[in-house]
Amino acid sequence: MSVFEAIYGIWLREFKVFRREKSRVITSLFTPLLWIFGFGGGLGPNVSIKDVNYQVFIYPGILAMSILFTSVFFGVYIVWDRKIDILKEILVAPISRTAIFVGKMLGGITDSMIQGTIMLLIGVALGVSFTPVATLLALLFLLVLAIGLVSLGLMLGSVLTSPESFGTIVSFLVFPLFFFSGALYPLENLPPWLMLLTYIDPVTYGVDGIRAVLLGTSRFPVLVDLLILVAFAFTMIEIGTVFFKRMQ
Amino acid sequence: MSWSIETVDLTKRYGDLTAVDRLNIKVEHGEIFGLLGPNGAGKTTVISMLCTMLRPSEGRAKVNGFDVVSQPDNVRKSIGIVFQEPSVDDELTGLENLQLHAMWYGVPRQVRHERIKEVLGLIGLENRKNDLVKTYSGGMRRRLEIGRGLIHHPEVLFLDEPTLGLDPQTRSQIWDYIADLAKKEEMTIVLTTHYMEEAEELCDRIAIIDQGKVIVLDTVDALKESIGGDLVCLRSPKLNVEAFKNLAYVRKIEADKDLLVLTVQNSSQHLQEILERAGKVEYISVRPATLNDVFLHFTGKEIRTESGEGGIFERMMRAEARR
Repeated sequence: MSVFEAIYGIWLREFKVFRREKSRVITSLFTPLLWIFGFGGGLGPNVSIKDVNYQVFIYPGILAMSILFTSVFFGVYIVWDRKIDILKEILVAPISRTAIFVGKMLGGITDSMIQGTIMLLIGVALGVSFTPVATLLALLFLLVLAIGLVSLGLMLGSVLTSPESFGTIVSFLVFPLFFFSGALYPLENLPPWLMLLTYIDPVTYGVDGIRAVLLGTSRFPVLVDLLILVAFAFTMIEIGTVFFKRMQ
Repeated sequence: MSWSIETVDLTKRYGDLTAVDRLNIKVEHGEIFGLLGPNGAGKTTVISMLCTMLRPSEGRAKVNGFDVVSQPDNVRKSIGIVFQEPSVDDELTGLENLQLHAMWYGVPRQVRHERIKEVLGLIGLENRKNDLVKTYSGGMRRRLEIGRGLIHHPEVLFLDEPTLGLDPQTRSQIWDYIADLAKKEEMTIVLTTHYMEEAEELCDRIAIIDQGKVIVLDTVDALKESIGGDLVCLRSPKLNVEAFKNLAYVRKIEADKDLLVLTVQNSSQHLQEILERAGKVEYISVRPATLNDVFLHFTGKEIRTESGEGGIFERMMRAEARR
């Protein structure tokens, strides 16, 4: 089928470019590592939450954060592609916008999951015990989270006109999504306003789910986390596709 | 007669601005058709509508028999486009650019390899195919883009300012490629340009457009003939303009101080008489009409200078200075 061929072609382009820009992986790993070692490493010896060393406690949160940053930022490449005029070539090809969206999304997910996998290996170094089942479940959570967030990034990329405006997105969207996700603190005993924000932040359910499968401690049942994330992912795909159809 | 392209009152408006104003053109199968006009005349807007990238405000257009609004997918499959701005992927090799294009345009896997090989030969990039495009020169990129537009064997190839920003040598190379292509592939080619030499060199027929309207449409020769002859420029301190009036072969007289420009039919036969009538001249030059003269004739302004500066005299002098 030529539509799958076209989707594969769009993914292949993203993957080839990603492979050529190795600095992308290294720079995107830097911030999560800084949190784990610079922040968690300092607080870990002094603080533990529910008998878990703080550095280990925030590890699932930072795992989710690395997916969050890479995924949403993937949208900036569309803005670049438009700016250097290579987006037109795809937009004018006889490919449906849905297919273009799916291809780009798969490209973004690939980037994010490669990074997520590297982050999981770092967890081994931290002494997090990985059973095969826990590893697979953690990967599943990362994947569903990445689907939703890459779609969000693509949606933003389809409407933003300058790469610089993505900086604003980081301040007003990505950082709040990170801080209110409970990546850095447990969700119990929060003031009501903060509690509310954590509930509407989709990343919360990613952090909570990964914490549940890796550390065995969580606020919500794992299945609830997963279902909410799946719902978020589908909603974002739906909205993202609509945005792509309108893109000129 | 089946037309490759047919537009009926094709119009595009942006608010109060009418970028393309009731365009009616028919392009024959297999011809090289030029849209010539100054920057901002609406050429790219026309191409964008024909390529289904822009929705017309009014009117209709058919490309290869498919309506651009109701059958965009069929239109897209049957056309190749080379955009005004370079749009090949720098981070990929030339070969990869071609391979991806083939996938996006649904070229069957079995013939893909062969088509790419054929195109690489045509554009002369076989030995650079595995290099990243960012190492290519401007002319090589342009060739790659033209080649890319051909992989899916389009029936119509659109070239939007194909030699913009290229040096003269590369430009004439690209012209050779385009002329060659048209002959070999029997393809309809529609190109926009604001270079008159380009239009003259390549096009079978030309539509001169200005401010979104077709001013005149014909073959290059017919357009030049419409001016009425060659341009004879005389300079003399004592000019007698009256002496040239009522001469059948003098189509147009323009005088400014000591300069006189005559549009003369069959100038070679009449030069002697012109000189006799002019008396003592300091300077004389004869040159055939160009498309720029045609443009000037129909619009009252030049293609090159958008502000309308530089009348026929300055142009004559400039033409002299170039020699």
